[in-house]
Amino acid sequence: MSVSTAFDRARAEGRAALVGYLPAGFPDVDGGIEAIRAMVDAGCDVIEVGLPYSDPVMDGPTIQAAAQQALDRGVRTSDVLRTVEAVAATGTPTVVMTYWNPVERYGVERFARDLAAAGGAGLITPDLTPDADPRWPAAADEHGLDKVYLVAPSSTDERIAMTTKACRGFVYATAVMGVTGARDTSSDLADPLVKRTKAATDLPVSVGLGVSNGGQAAEIAAYADGVIVGSAFVRALLDHPDDRSAALDALTALTADLAAGVRRGR
Amino acid sequence: MTALETGTFEADDQGWFGDFGGRFMPEALVAALDELTAAWKEAVADPAFQADFDAILRDYAGVPSLLYDARRLSDHLGGARILLKREDLNHTGAHKIRNVLGQALLTKRMGKQRVIAETGAGQHGVASATAAAYFGLDCTVYMGAVDTRRQALNVARMELLGAEVVPVESGSATLKDAINEALRDWVSTVDHTAYLFGTAAGPHPFPSMVRDFTRSIGDEARAQCLELTGRLPDAVAACVGGGSNAIGLFTAFLGDPDVRIYGFEPGGDGVETGRHAATIHAGASGVLHGARTFVLQDEDGQTVESHSISAGLDYPGVGPQHAHLAKSGRADYVPVTDAQAMDAMALLARTEGIIPAIETAHALAGAYDVARELGPDGIVLVNLSGRGDKDMETARTWFGLGKDT
Repeated sequence: MSVSTAFDRARAEGRAALVGYLPAGFPDVDGGIEAIRAMVDAGCDVIEVGLPYSDPVMDGPTIQAAAQQALDRGVRTSDVLRTVEAVAATGTPTVVMTYWNPVERYGVERFARDLAAAGGAGLITPDLTPDADPRWPAAADEHGLDKVYLVAPSSTDERIAMTTKACRGFVYATAVMGVTGARDTSSDLADPLVKRTKAATDLPVSVGLGVSNGGQAAEIAAYADGVIVGSAFVRALLDHPDDRSAALDALTALTADLAAGVRRGR
Repeated sequence: MTALETGTFEADDQGWFGDFGGRFMPEALVAALDELTAAWKEAVADPAFQADFDAILRDYAGVPSLLYDARRLSDHLGGARILLKREDLNHTGAHKIRNVLGQALLTKRMGKQRVIAETGAGQHGVASATAAAYFGLDCTVYMGAVDTRRQALNVARMELLGAEVVPVESGSATLKDAINEALRDWVSTVDHTAYLFGTAAGPHPFPSMVRDFTRSIGDEARAQCLELTGRLPDAVAACVGGGSNAIGLFTAFLGDPDVRIYGFEPGGDGVETGRHAATIHAGASGVLHGARTFVLQDEDGQTVESHSISAGLDYPGVGPQHAHLAKSGRADYVPVTDAQAMDAMALLARTEGIIPAIETAHALAGAYDVARELGPDGIVLVNLSGRGDKDMETARTWFGLGKDT
């Protein structure tokens, strides 16, 4: 199922979509599935399942810590696919966000096939630009998967045109020049980037990096089609390491705040 | 014509050396990498830049380095004549000064005021801090927290040179994690900061650019060998971690089909033990730090920690041009164990009065075998890439030197 169904529904309701991220296997595989289901129940429209990787150059300390914890407990690529299957079964479009090497190692074609079979909608590739490797777009097309590439404030208009042309599902606009992690203040780079991106494509444009609360979500929802939140969800779990029910309550409350935010923005 | 026939082995415009290299990087850094690519191409084609670079190397770094005829060593081994390219005599004690002065000069040309660097044992960090001091640039060096503890003296050197050293606690807290952290810095500071990459690896244009800034090693050595012996060597040898000193030596000889090229990789406790850093010999094709190359990884593509007695070779990836040279058959890459390297270090010290870096000792150990195989009529040219002062604590422990006081 493409993520476009979720963006279409949000658009029909006159609001932005809420995209929530958690890495698979954190705090453990089943606990991660339970946590993501709580996010779905509380109002996430699209789920990103992170594939924990040993060398996450785009991630700040929060997501690094969660991914490392998952790896230390032995999470495998197969666990990521199992997580996707469990989340997609809720009917919520589910994409995988991953650095490239684990996909290359798994086998690009095999990964696409197994992701599609698990009900996954597609892949977000933070260190794979459309011009880096032609095998992923070919495999994604073959299996009807979304291809979500990133655009950044530093992207030239030419690269935005090239990147958006290669995307299917939505376009991921990074709000800041930096890595993942909650930030207190909103970025003034996101709005102009979304404008430049929308000038190049009709695809939904979602903004991520640094969004942590309903107020920021509302600001972004005023000009973007989707609001992506990752580190803040991870933080909610990290803050309650020994109390599963308190962690789920925190996730639910954060999701509700963000879901209200994306509905307030217009 | 294949690369083997043309002898060029150059990357294409996208940074691909055959199946290896390329650029697997966040979109946020692409503009900066494009800008760097354009600036580097312009600079190397500009005679004024080349003249500046040559003058700095000559007047500040002590380049060209000597080519030394190691007669006592050769006699001792009873094999080929061994010539040593004395990069250990350069300022800061290794070949790395060539790369950092080149990149720092380019940074000035691009109008940026700050440089960042990663370092494992601290050699590239010290070289970067040195170049930053020379050019009056701000400098931040990322270093794994495990390494800052192991190499406290190099941390002090960098700080004395005016650099800020940031210990990296994430991941395995070693070189690969220092690279990750430097990339994280760069993505948020790229408008005013240059990343002085320490080896001929990483995303395009770093593998080609670092080669261009180090290839004078081989250009000098080739001319010096011709002058000294009247002919080319039968073989050239260098150690390979990321591979900057090796590619710096090899490049001049790629088009000489009769010159055999050997890269000696860190075999650690022995490749069969799994505790090694012999990336080409025992790794699998993958993507690490922005390039497709050979990577030590598990079956899920997670990077596996490498092991070597030599911190400067202790890296789970390798420069993509080496991967290409290996796959094409132009160069041979052979593992050398910790024990073989340490024996080679001791032998050079005792026969020639030169204490090499442990990195370099890997090249020596391999070259000794090549020399024996070639016999007395042969010539082997070895890149003596660095001096061993920094390794005395390791050597003291390994050989049981000094009194237990």
